[in-house]
Amino acid sequence: MKKIINDPNIVVQDMLKGMVAANPATIKQLPDTTVIVRSDAPTINKVGLVSGGGSGHEPAHAGYVGKGMLDAAVAGEVFTSPTPDQVLEAIKAVDGGSGVFLVIKNYTGDVLNFEMAAELAEAEGIKVEHVIVNDDVAVEDSSFTTGRRGIAGTIFVHKIAGAKAEQGATLDEVKSVAEKVVANVRSMGMALTPCTVPAAGKPSFNLKENEMEIGIGIHGESGIERKEISTADEIASELVTKILDDGVHVRGDDVAIMINGLGATPEMELNIVNSKVNEILNEKGIHVYKTFIGEYMTALEMAGCSVTLLKLDDELKTLLNLSSEAPAFRV
Amino acid sequence: MEFRVEDAIHWFTVVNDKIQENKENLTTLDQVIGDSDHGINMARGFQEVVNKLSTQEYEEVADVLNHVAMTLISKVGGASGPLFGTAFLKFSQAVKGINPVDYDSFTKGLEEALQGVKQRGKAKLGEKTMIDVWSPVVDVFQSEKGFEDNLFIEVAREAMENTKHIMATKGRAAYFKEKSIGHIDPGSASTYMIFEALAEVIKGRK
Repeated sequence: MKKIINDPNIVVQDMLKGMVAANPATIKQLPDTTVIVRSDAPTINKVGLVSGGGSGHEPAHAGYVGKGMLDAAVAGEVFTSPTPDQVLEAIKAVDGGSGVFLVIKNYTGDVLNFEMAAELAEAEGIKVEHVIVNDDVAVEDSSFTTGRRGIAGTIFVHKIAGAKAEQGATLDEVKSVAEKVVANVRSMGMALTPCTVPAAGKPSFNLKENEMEIGIGIHGESGIERKEISTADEIASELVTKILDDGVHVRGDDVAIMINGLGATPEMELNIVNSKVNEILNEKGIHVYKTFIGEYMTALEMAGCSVTLLKLDDELKTLLNLSSEAPAFRV
Repeated sequence: MEFRVEDAIHWFTVVNDKIQENKENLTTLDQVIGDSDHGINMARGFQEVVNKLSTQEYEEVADVLNHVAMTLISKVGGASGPLFGTAFLKFSQAVKGINPVDYDSFTKGLEEALQGVKQRGKAKLGEKTMIDVWSPVVDVFQSEKGFEDNLFIEVAREAMENTKHIMATKGRAAYFKEKSIGHIDPGSASTYMIFEALAEVIKGRK
């Protein structure tokens, strides 16, 4: 393992310190926690937005804390959900009297820990609602299993629900717009190389020199297929086709797209993928309203990318365009 | 015999020894069908449990179990923290005020723990989760008459081994679908260690 770290056991604390040092006007760390909150938290009479999850997905989630987006982000250990006590601290810190909204990605650990925290907060008299993001079409959507994972589409939930809350919407209104985003967002990813959790010291899986995995999760979870690497056009086409097959995005729709790097993919390659994604959407009569290219939801140093499509109506367009001061998503 | 405060503390000390010893093994199991953090998280959590238990005085078994639960909930993370935490929290509530804990109350505690895990994880028997070990162990406790029989350990071992043949439908291993077959469920492996430790503590008392 070759990494720029001091000690594998304190990477999360070390990272959070650096993030706060870089953005002292926007964010602060709650003492003795792994919670990052807006420096002016809580905002009185505004619904507080809390997200979080395992670390290793930077800039998610702390990078999305700022006016117009999240009020708090809870960082777990690398690829490990944060614990209920930490989530509870975040909820308490951002409750401005109008309730707190949790954005949870659909992983067993995240759901369990955030649900426990919500129960604890409600016992203390704070109103809590949540949405579960499950945008990864690589996983079969079934009520008999854990269901689809939450990946890069989560960023759109942060942005749009954050903008809605900033407008003074009620907890129910924030929940309803967040659910609208979840219903209209789909993603899929692929990887060329694995990644190494610092405390584990070795890669979590192996890919041969000429191999790629289509449909992989942001922790290296199994995807749809392992096969010989193909061209960027073929990869883009495979990801977009699978997303469109889900039937949410059709001719005549306006969409926002996100071409997300998983940690070790040059922007050059992301742009090459984007070029083909645009071509396919043009052919299908789907109009690209806005494009985001870069690293938004990573998997440590994994090489690969994900493609996300979000279908937009007028409300979602307006909210997407409203200002955000979050360090990793300035609008 | 009856289960006393010192037995409970001894139990979790042995659990911690086993988890620390098998940290890498658990992580390796989790690398195959999960996200490679199970051993790391359990080792961190149970080390904290032992640290906490060594600094306190306890009146009754329920208090020990409560501290174990709260420590696991706040220190383990992932799905294991809330699941094992809920198990020992329910166990603690079931034996509250009973000290030392007689066999029937202990059995009741294990039953409540199992129900708690099922509810929290929205899972049932046969989904390649820790329930596949908890459940048959509870069955053995219910059919035996006292701690002295101590037959549950063989059942637990077999149940853990059997998770190999199950296709996961809950937890992160579910993403691997049929590829999850042939591998032991990491949560079942650590649950087995918890019962292996319990059997050793009971045996030591005889």
